[in-house]
Amino acid sequence: MDDDKAKTFVMKGIGVSPGVVIGKVHLFNRMDIQAPFYKLSDPGLIPEEIERFLEALHESETQLLELKNKLVDSGGGMEPLYIIDVHIMIMHDRKFIDLTVQNIRELSVSAEWAVRMTLQKYQEMFDRMEDDYLRGRISDIQHVGQKIINNLACKHHPPLEVPEGVVIIASDLSPSDTAQLKIDKVLGFATDVGGKTSHTAIVARSMEIPAVVALGNITRAVSANDDIIIDGSSGVVIVNPDPEIRKRYEWKKKLYEKAQDDLLDYAGLPAVTKDNHRVVIGGNIEFIEEIPSALHHGAEGIGLYRTEFIYINRQELPDEEEHLANYRSVVGVEGLSWATIRTFDLGGDKFFPDKKSFHEMNPQLGMRAIRFCLKEKELFKVQLRAILRASVYGKLRIMFPMISGIEEIREAKSILAEMKNDLLSEGIQLGQEIETGIMIEIPSAVIIADQLAREVDFFSIGTNDLIQYTLAIDRINEQVSYLYEPLHPAVLRLIKSVVDAGHNAGIRVAMCGEMAGEPAYTMILVGMGLDELSMNPLAIPRVKKIIRGITLKASKSLLDKVLKLSSLEEIKTFVGEEMRKHFPDDFSDISQ
Amino acid sequence: MGIHARAAAKIVESANRFHADVVLEKDGYEVNGRSILDILTLYCPKGSRLTVRFSGVDAAEAMKTLEILIDGKFGEV
Repeated sequence: MDDDKAKTFVMKGIGVSPGVVIGKVHLFNRMDIQAPFYKLSDPGLIPEEIERFLEALHESETQLLELKNKLVDSGGGMEPLYIIDVHIMIMHDRKFIDLTVQNIRELSVSAEWAVRMTLQKYQEMFDRMEDDYLRGRISDIQHVGQKIINNLACKHHPPLEVPEGVVIIASDLSPSDTAQLKIDKVLGFATDVGGKTSHTAIVARSMEIPAVVALGNITRAVSANDDIIIDGSSGVVIVNPDPEIRKRYEWKKKLYEKAQDDLLDYAGLPAVTKDNHRVVIGGNIEFIEEIPSALHHGAEGIGLYRTEFIYINRQELPDEEEHLANYRSVVGVEGLSWATIRTFDLGGDKFFPDKKSFHEMNPQLGMRAIRFCLKEKELFKVQLRAILRASVYGKLRIMFPMISGIEEIREAKSILAEMKNDLLSEGIQLGQEIETGIMIEIPSAVIIADQLAREVDFFSIGTNDLIQYTLAIDRINEQVSYLYEPLHPAVLRLIKSVVDAGHNAGIRVAMCGEMAGEPAYTMILVGMGLDELSMNPLAIPRVKKIIRGITLKASKSLLDKVLKLSSLEEIKTFVGEEMRKHFPDDFSDISQ
Repeated sequence: MGIHARAAAKIVESANRFHADVVLEKDGYEVNGRSILDILTLYCPKGSRLTVRFSGVDAAEAMKTLEILIDGKFGEV
């Protein structure tokens, strides 16, 4: 296998038990019920286990030879005979044997599991072939592997242990399956088939772990030990998430765990302070499947729709109609008053299957987002046309990411205008209320915010990137992650100056970074005067609760004091104390 | 030539009769002529060209045997 990171891909099914988990794939196959997959309890057992494998191999071969002799005696056709020869050759294959022995020795797993891993490895190699006949040869290897596993399993019956920290992937789980599996430590389930009332769903809900069913062919799409995220609320499953996505879901998971039911009482209420200052609350989503969750948790609109998943996880580029199909589901949803669609915000490497041809030393500072779109204009135009076309369905805002200077926004706007004209001249109707805005996430954009404000209808502050670019930290680098601090005085000043510049120019200023969904910062952000906070839907009830419990006046005075403090530690302590004072029950876990 | 299971089996069977190492090479990928899985995973759909190398005491005989096998289209029609 190449050493490139495994490719991220997404599958969508039906979420039947809510919650978010991140774990490893554990494939469950009913055929393996008798075939125990377990870790050896003691490395001392390894030689014995290798011996078991070799014996089963020998036994399988003897059985095949017997079968062959029988067929020869009965004078059967030639066809099956050579297949048996092929199967015997596979059993003699040095690499097949060595790989399996190596699995037992290095991973300390049962012989059955080791054989299954070897099969998996060959499956991956064959999956890459384009020729149907050749790809189909995997069935010979599987046949041999299954035979060995059966011979192993006949003699050995330890309980079917499931390792910790795994998500069980199965075609379906029957009551007898779950009875034989030790599932008490399982994180979640994802299955090919099923519905809300299937056994998998019921078990998952009773165990209070997330489950997604009806995924089609997840058992074939994933490999053992792949990293996997299960969002049982939206029915989305993400395999081999890249670090950015993983981070986002870790955050989501934390939020979910915190979101107790009583907080949902706040979901439907407006975010109004006690002295009648209204803050608009948006939801951040990346799949249209998350819209119900946004509504349920009290989003008033979609403050950030990330469009990256329309592009990744596929062979060919999405066409205009596919874009449109996504956008029209986000725009004009009953109960949501607007939708902010952000244009493509990833590195250009996502378009090149051969990543090496697009290698960048510093992708975070590289050819990505608006830079990539302005370079690959044809790609950009397809997305813009689709977004514009979606505007007939409701109130729509277009947001350009990673703007660093005035030229970029002007050029993006001029391409947008060109697309508008094209569409109008083709006789395609457009909505009346299309607004244009930019993400403020690069320090240079903060500094010239007064000038940028004249070009657009709104700003949305992307704190994740703004913090990383301001403090010069790679967010994914664990070594420096301790420096990532939303309350850093420099970050707070930048946010304040964006809000002021926007308001001076008469435009709205929103925030859609993770900071917006952190209740400990809510008072500060309200004090800043942000018009809109858009966040992960799960965070909304708690933030609404905070806003409804404070006044604008107290928030402003808190902010004033914070802005006078010079050290991060002082700010953190002060904010923690203040929040505990206002909400003794909600902030007991904030560190001093 | 597409290496179907039957042809692959014949190559392995022939290679195993000699001491010589038999190496199949296509587009820079080399596989062992004694390993059926190696040959099956060497992706060569119909029409591909590949190089076979022999080395060892009976390399000449091994080559001859393989030649006959390939010229005879692996005994298939």
